[in-house]
Amino acid sequence: MPSLDDLKKRISSVKSTQKITKAMKMVAASKLRRAQENAEKGRPYSDKMNNIILNLSNSITDKENSPKLLAGSGEDKVHLCIVMTSDRGLCGGFNTNIIKKAKTYFQKILDAGKTLKIITVGSKGYDQLKRIYKENIIEKISFKESKYANYFDADKVGKIIIDKFEKKEFDVCAIFYNQFKNVITQIPQEQQIIPLKTSESEGSSSEDNYEFEPEEDEILSNLLPKNISTQIFKAMLENSASEQGSRMSAMDNATRNAGEMVDKLTIQYNRSRQAAITKELIEIISGAESL
Amino acid sequence: MSEHFNIEIVNPEKSFLSKENVSEVVIPAFEGEIGILKDHIPIISFLKPGIIKVFTGTEEENYYVEDGIVEFKDNSLSILTSSIFNLKDIDNNHINNSILEAEKELSKDEIDDQKRFLLNHKVEVLKSLSIN
Repeated sequence: MPSLDDLKKRISSVKSTQKITKAMKMVAASKLRRAQENAEKGRPYSDKMNNIILNLSNSITDKENSPKLLAGSGEDKVHLCIVMTSDRGLCGGFNTNIIKKAKTYFQKILDAGKTLKIITVGSKGYDQLKRIYKENIIEKISFKESKYANYFDADKVGKIIIDKFEKKEFDVCAIFYNQFKNVITQIPQEQQIIPLKTSESEGSSSEDNYEFEPEEDEILSNLLPKNISTQIFKAMLENSASEQGSRMSAMDNATRNAGEMVDKLTIQYNRSRQAAITKELIEIISGAESL
Repeated sequence: MSEHFNIEIVNPEKSFLSKENVSEVVIPAFEGEIGILKDHIPIISFLKPGIIKVFTGTEEENYYVEDGIVEFKDNSLSILTSSIFNLKDIDNNHINNSILEAEKELSKDEIDDQKRFLLNHKVEVLKSLSIN
């Protein structure tokens, strides 16, 4: 049975923890609004980009000679995985979910006897993956300094990927991130960016006869590297919205749990206080009786 | 029938400009300037550094772009670009800085011909801007 003093200390410590989680929740909520706005504003760009590429790739007749970024290197031996996580913790299952998704993918690749290479974006992902996949991680990138996801950072990652692809360091590239659905739900996503999968987003009319200036393949080879940066950027935007959303609900839970704990501790405190008083009273009364 | 069509300029961060009553747009496409009017045939092209002119009625707006992709289809023009500025918003300082940067890039040895061409062109456009 803890003493009254101990209980008092615990109550005040839980209360101050609650204050912190509450503050973090508020901060996350306001950041979430911003991140969500950014994610929504960024969507038209990546959607349009996708559309144009789709139209272009449909009108390419000579599939064999289409750019490598679209068609792939023709092999399927080395997989590069870009695992995008946050730089900060205390955001519930956000990072764990991405890692879990990525790990199942890694396992599949390793089981098939293929080579696995990993680039982690965000320090949390690196921390969680280094234990098992240390020798697979070829690069870790972190954007701790940037306050918000920006295109400049995404472009940097994109350039690294393209550089490695041109050096033939990998054949297939996939990115992992959390797609923001709402505050409570974020869906971990696995998206293949090299070679580009166009079939999934079919539906837009491909019958338009476009005039191209310059030639299709020249436009494509110019566009595809940009598309990779764009996809990375989109993932970063979705991720940052997801991170804030996840943190908000995690901190909301924590605040509520702390409240429950305070209630429970307060009851315990009152009970033991009352018990102490009763005990003292009994002692006095029985002392008086014995006189 | 009105002679207007839609234009949407987007950069990765947001939708930069969206208008529905544009009568003519002149874009600095890769192989020369293109003027686009209503019912232009579908076209996809990409941009080199230059000025986008947007005409709405009697008004004219000018934007400086460095690169981008243009798509015109069903009377709506989409321009995707990662660097665009309204000419009203950029000052000479900014222009001069960009010129210096581009010239620095030009002095490097490893750039290929296409890049050299684009950079030369960029410097040219920027210089003509700073005179005005």
